[in-house]
Amino acid sequence: MSITIYVPCDSSAISIGADRVANAITKEAEQRGIAVNLIRNGSRGLYWLEPMVEVATDAGRVAYGPVQSHDVSGLFDADFHNGGTHPLALGLTEELDYLKKQQRLTFARIGITDPVSLDDYLGHGGYSGLKNALNMPAADIVKCVTDSGLRGRGGAAFPTGIKWNTVLNTPSEQKYIICNADEGDSGTFSDRMVMESDPFVLIEGMTIAGIAVGATQGYIYLRVEYPHAHKALNTAIDKAVAAGYLGNNILGSGKTFNLEVRLGAGAYVCGEETSLMESLEGKRGLVRYKPPLPAIKGLFGQPTVVNNVISLASVPVILDKGGEYYRDFGVGRSRGTLPVQLAGNLKHTGLVEIAFGLTLRELLYDFGGGAVSGRPIKAVQVGGPLGAYLPESQFDTPLDYEAFAAIWAVVGHGGIVAFDDTVDMAIMAKYSMEFCAIESCGKCTPCRIGSTRGYELMDEIIQGQNLDKNIPLLRSLCDTLLNGSLCALGGMTPYPVLSALNHFPEDFGINKQANID
Amino acid sequence: MTEPSTPEFIVQDIITALKDKPGALLPILHGIQDALGYIPADCIPNIAAALNLSRAEVHGVISFYHYFRETPPGKHTIHLCRAESCQAMGSMALEAHVKSKLGIDFHQTSEDGQFSLEPVYCLGNCACSPAIQINHDIHGRVNCEKFDQIITELESLA
Repeated sequence: MSITIYVPCDSSAISIGADRVANAITKEAEQRGIAVNLIRNGSRGLYWLEPMVEVATDAGRVAYGPVQSHDVSGLFDADFHNGGTHPLALGLTEELDYLKKQQRLTFARIGITDPVSLDDYLGHGGYSGLKNALNMPAADIVKCVTDSGLRGRGGAAFPTGIKWNTVLNTPSEQKYIICNADEGDSGTFSDRMVMESDPFVLIEGMTIAGIAVGATQGYIYLRVEYPHAHKALNTAIDKAVAAGYLGNNILGSGKTFNLEVRLGAGAYVCGEETSLMESLEGKRGLVRYKPPLPAIKGLFGQPTVVNNVISLASVPVILDKGGEYYRDFGVGRSRGTLPVQLAGNLKHTGLVEIAFGLTLRELLYDFGGGAVSGRPIKAVQVGGPLGAYLPESQFDTPLDYEAFAAIWAVVGHGGIVAFDDTVDMAIMAKYSMEFCAIESCGKCTPCRIGSTRGYELMDEIIQGQNLDKNIPLLRSLCDTLLNGSLCALGGMTPYPVLSALNHFPEDFGINKQANID
Repeated sequence: MTEPSTPEFIVQDIITALKDKPGALLPILHGIQDALGYIPADCIPNIAAALNLSRAEVHGVISFYHYFRETPPGKHTIHLCRAESCQAMGSMALEAHVKSKLGIDFHQTSEDGQFSLEPVYCLGNCACSPAIQINHDIHGRVNCEKFDQIITELESLA
C-alpha cells in the first residue's frame, strides 16, 4: 500500500525549500523501496513551519515542520511515513492551535487539497454554490450576496451585493466581471494563496458573479509578480472548461461564462479599479474620473463588476450555505470572516481567517507570537502601504472596518506588518512618500508633485533641518494630498505619514508637546 | 524573408497571434519580453501598425509599466523587494549588501553582463521576509550570507 505524503506547492513554501524537500522525499523513498504518493497541496498558511510536510495516517494527517531537504533521511529513519515521532513532528495538523482557533470559510480547502485537481475540489464541497446559483433567478443570487453582508475585501469595503445589483440593473449586451488580482500591498498574500492553493474557488465565484449580473466574459487581472498563481489559474481554467464548468453552456444550463487571465506589469496603481481597466484595455494605467462608475460604464465602456480575489472567492460558500450563514460571523457592519495576513517581524507569520472582531493584540501575540527578533513591537502597519501605523496603545482596537475608521486607520486587505523597536518611523514616512512618487500614475497634481515634494521634505526633517517650518509644511502637504488626489494612492499616502508623525513624533526630532501645538 | 529564429520573426509571430484580442497591447508586450528578455525599440513601429496606434502611444505604455524593459537584461535578473514587510526584517541591509556585492545600483546591469538588479514592491512572500526573486525563482528569509550562497551557486552553474 502506498503512503500519501503532502508537500506544499505554494510559492512561499517553495521560496524556503519545499521543492527541494519534495525531491528529497521522492528520492529517499525510491532508495528505500517505499511506495509514496506525493501530493503537492496548497499551504495551510503556517509559514514559520513551512516547508510543512504532512503524512496521511488512519488518525488523520500528521504534520512535520519546518522540514529542510537534509532532514528527509532522518524523517524516514524515524518512520515518519507511518506517523512516527521525530523532533520536527507537530502532531495532527487539524489539532494545531493556530489552525484550530480559525474560522476558515473562504480558505476551507486551502492546504488540504491538490490545488489543480478538479476531483479534489468537487470532493470538498466545490461547485455546490454554482449549482445552487444555476437554479436561482439572477436577482435572488444578488440578494443572497447582499444579505451575506460581504464587503469588498480589496480595501475599500464597498458592499459587494450593491455593486452587483447596479450591474444587474444596467442593461447592456455585453457586461464584464473583473477579478482584481493585483495584490500589491506589502504584507498581503491572501489573494496569492487562494489563486495558488484553490484556484477553482475563484473561478466558481466569478462564474456565479457572471450568471448573477448577466456578464459572459471575465478577466482576472493578475500581477506579474505571481507566476505560480498564473500557472495554477490557467491549469484550473482549462480543466473547468473541459468539464463544462466554464464556456458556452455551463453544466447544460445554456448559460455562458468565459474566463481569461491577463497579466499586469508591475504598476501598483493598477490595483485601483479604473486604472486596472485602462491597463486591461491596453493603455497606460491612468486613473479615470468617477463618475461614471465602473458598474455603469467600465471595461470597454460596458457595465463591469470589479471585485477583489477574496470577495469573489467568498461567494461560493455564501451561495452554498446561504447569506445568513456567512452574515452570522463578524461584528457590527463587518460581517463574515477576514483572511488576516500576519507579516513582517513576527514569530508566527501566516494566514489567519477569522470572524471580524478580534483585537490587533490578539492577532499579534496570541497568533503572531510577538516579534521574531524577541524585541518589543513598536508599530504595526495595517492595510498595506497606504494604511496607518498603529502604536502599542492602539493594539486593543478590534479588527472591524468602523472601529479602524474611528482611529483614522484602515483594515484594507487585511495585511498586518509588525516592526520591532529598531524601526525609525521617520524613515518609514519618507519611504511612504517615495513609494507614492514611484507609483503615482501622474494624472493628478497633488499625487504626482506632492509625493516628490513630500519625499524631499522628509529628507530635510530626518536631517533635522527647519523643523519649526517643515513639520507644519508636511501637515499642509498631507492635507492637499488627502483632499485633492484623484484616487487612494495620493489620497491615502498621508495615512502612514501622519500616523507615524502623530504617534512617534520623537522619531521626527520633535517632542509630543510640540507635535500637539 | 525573415528566418523563423530571428527576433523580427518572433515579434511578428507574437503580434499576429495576439493582435485581435481585446486590449491586446499588454499581452503582446509580455509575449515579446518573455521571448527576448526585453522590448527592442525597433519592434515598436510594427506593434503600433498592427494595433492602429501611434508609436508614441506604444512607447508610452512600455515606459509606464515598471516591469517592461527596453534594454537587454543581464544573464540573471534579480528583483529585490523594498516593501515594508521586508524592511521590517532587514531588507535595507540586504539591499546595501546586494548593491555592493554586484557593484550596481537598481536598474543597472553588471559590467560582465551577469546580473541586472531591479526593485520590486512586494513579491507576496511577506510571511517569509526578506524576499528576492532571481530569474523565475523566489527566495524567502534571505540574509546577506544566504544571498552570497545563492549567487555562488548560480555562478558555479555557468
